[in-house]
Amino acid sequence: MNALALPTRKAEAFRYSDLDALAGVWPVAREMVSVAAGDTVAQAIVLTEAQPTARHLVITLAAGASCDVRILNAGSAFGRITVEARLGAGAQFTLGAAQIGGGGQTLEIVTEVAHDAPDAISRQIIRSVLANQATGTYLGKVAVARGANGTDAAQSVRAMLLDRTATANAKPELEIYADDVKCAHGCAVGELDAAALFYLASRGLPPATARKLMLHAFIAEAFVGAPDEERLLGEALDRLESIL
Amino acid sequence: MLQIHNLHATVADKPILKGLSLTINAGEIHAIMGPNGAGKSTLGYTLGGRPGYEVTGGTVEFVGQDLLALAPHERAAAGLFLGFQYPVEIPGVSFVQFLREAANAQRMVRGEKPLSGGEFLKLAREKAALLKLDMEMLKRPVNVGFSGGEKKRAEMVQMGILDPRLAILDETDSGLDIDALRICGEGINAIMRKPDKAVLLITHYQRLLDYVRPDFVHVLAGGRIVKSGGPELARQLEDEGYEAVAA
Repeated sequence: MNALALPTRKAEAFRYSDLDALAGVWPVAREMVSVAAGDTVAQAIVLTEAQPTARHLVITLAAGASCDVRILNAGSAFGRITVEARLGAGAQFTLGAAQIGGGGQTLEIVTEVAHDAPDAISRQIIRSVLANQATGTYLGKVAVARGANGTDAAQSVRAMLLDRTATANAKPELEIYADDVKCAHGCAVGELDAAALFYLASRGLPPATARKLMLHAFIAEAFVGAPDEERLLGEALDRLESIL
Repeated sequence: MLQIHNLHATVADKPILKGLSLTINAGEIHAIMGPNGAGKSTLGYTLGGRPGYEVTGGTVEFVGQDLLALAPHERAAAGLFLGFQYPVEIPGVSFVQFLREAANAQRMVRGEKPLSGGEFLKLAREKAALLKLDMEMLKRPVNVGFSGGEKKRAEMVQMGILDPRLAILDETDSGLDIDALRICGEGINAIMRKPDKAVLLITHYQRLLDYVRPDFVHVLAGGRIVKSGGPELARQLEDEGYEAVAA
């Protein structure tokens, strides 16, 4: 792909994008992150400001390196974050992301996690809460190279739609060329569990409080174990408050 | 306290309750028994206001209010507690977290002062001890990973904390071993056997009634109460079966 030409919808990674908004921030500079052998890096990307934003991270993990990326994608009419990660032998990569949108927001997370060498571990947890006309997209590919045995990759993708008019797109994808691997992916788009809401209401919780409590728990899953878990969760809950 | 008059209710357009009438006064413990499919759980859910349980006729008055006009959380604030046959698991939400909010939401409706964190924990600890449930379990996500018996004891702890006027307990005895049955039975007596409170026990079996002696026993069949009596009726049912007694 020519990095400078504005993509069209024919490009799979941009199929659900807001191309008009994208044009305003195109081209998107690659941000290179390199984690040396045995090192640990943690990074948090918080998009809560008003202007359309697109970011593109390219992370290279050397053998035994570890990288923890957390994303709160909740700010503007258009927020798009692409994360490419290449994992060396025994590397560990964690991505925890929450997308919280209302109005006509288009929020996107696109990932490609490449297990190039044996025994690396990747974990991706994506939680989206979408209200009104918002669109939340996760396109995530895990590619396991030939010979990358002992790979352990997991993707957990869930979206909660608060209104019938909101849209969630989710495409967890696995491309596996090695034999001895453990790859799990789960994907669900839904509404809050009605049985749980009734249970909470039967104890005296007003419906709005019960919904909020359950959404807090849902979003919190994206930030469990992050070095700045509390700050991220706090900001996420502020955003949640604004779309409820 | 509770007057149910000619209650009709449907679930997914299927009539389940077909003219059920029942009066429960303060200080009384009632047991409703009946075969599978008689409408026992539907009665509990309908009184609790569960979405999908539609009232198509009749009235329910609870402490002077039209119960059916209230939303589920308002029914709780009015003093109704529903003990679930299958308590729901809620990942990520702890008992102490939601129960304090629930208790204080109820108190606010009643014009009472909210409980502080310390006051709430003291109360929760006291009720957990009563039901012999480890306080640490109340800090875990609601019912997640709890055994059947732990779930039912946790229901009774919640009842103790929320201190309702009327408890409707749907098969609290199912899934309990003998010790847990005794603990739950004693818990119900300690929390609810008071002159200003009442209990409606929904059960299949006599065994819970050995611990919580009912003042009245009713047989529910075909969506209405077909027979009422004292505690001896439960024994008769156990000996002779529903078919013989309810016929």
